[in-house]
Amino acid sequence: MTNSKIQSTEEFVCDAPNNQIKKESFASNIKYMIVGIIFGIVFVKAEIISWFRIQEMFRLQSFHMYGVIGTAVVVGLISVQIIKRFKIKTLSGETVVIPNKTFDKGQIYGGLIFGLGWAITGACPGPLFAQIGSGFLAVGVTFASALAGTWLYGALRNKLPH
Amino acid sequence: MIELIKQPWHWAIAGIMIGLTVPILLIIGNKTFGISSSLRHICAACFPANISFFKYDWKKEIWNLFFVFGVFVGGFIATQFLTDPNEMVINENTVRDLKALGVTDFSHLMPTDIFSFEQIFTLKGLIFFVLGGFLVGFGTRYAGGCTSGHAIMGLSNLQLPSLIATICFMVGGFVMTLLIMPFIFKLF
Repeated sequence: MTNSKIQSTEEFVCDAPNNQIKKESFASNIKYMIVGIIFGIVFVKAEIISWFRIQEMFRLQSFHMYGVIGTAVVVGLISVQIIKRFKIKTLSGETVVIPNKTFDKGQIYGGLIFGLGWAITGACPGPLFAQIGSGFLAVGVTFASALAGTWLYGALRNKLPH
Repeated sequence: MIELIKQPWHWAIAGIMIGLTVPILLIIGNKTFGISSSLRHICAACFPANISFFKYDWKKEIWNLFFVFGVFVGGFIATQFLTDPNEMVINENTVRDLKALGVTDFSHLMPTDIFSFEQIFTLKGLIFFVLGGFLVGFGTRYAGGCTSGHAIMGLSNLQLPSLIATICFMVGGFVMTLLIMPFIFKLF
């Protein structure tokens, strides 16, 4: 319910939205940084940021990345089911909102385009940040180019098939 | 303990920790997991250029920028303080295939014969950095998410659009790796 209310008063649809009603101070955002830090450490230590691991995956020569993503999906799935079944509230007492994704052809065209880029760079957006943090500073160029790609998508959005 | 942490982590440990990010973000702040949105927020904050796609209250989504800054810091911490002194172990078939394409450095997480500063202004750099990054940024936003938002968050919530997107990510990756990459490496 809460979700439909938010979306009807506001045409902006974020793909990874903040659905908390209660306002957060700048400092309270630090907790998301801490989750991000742990996430970044996992990316490096499990070698998910490695171009070679992505090559192994797309050449079907290692189970590693399939194991990582598969396990993450199973753990995420069980967690989401538990949250829904037991109506677990957020720390500030709100109902957890998980918006549904709506289908459009962008998931096909965009998905294929991203897949091509993922294999070249060896990085999806998350590992890009961790690669730069790891000292592969040249990846900053990849990052800047990814920003340019996002920007151009925004500029051309109305002309693209969806 | 620290020795154990320094070894490369098993996929199951990584998978569990990444999977747990989904409920943690939901419970600590009703946030839906997804990383590529950060690129959109940066565009909205820095160069909105009157484009409707970038005209929104990005400050409401600032948590996502804190999160990705954390990923950057995490990468730094893991590399500075938790590195494994041993060379990374890559599947021998992958090493053989990549050697045949012309990759020579297999000792780091990334091949330095591609991902180094010297390559930025070469044809290699243009393809691996500029073109690759562009496809990642354009494709993820067109698809409405990346591996985190669709493959992990979306599949965790049993979303069909996310399954379609994930299949397309994989198809794109296979096509690039197996069909296009051999031609790219012939250029150098």
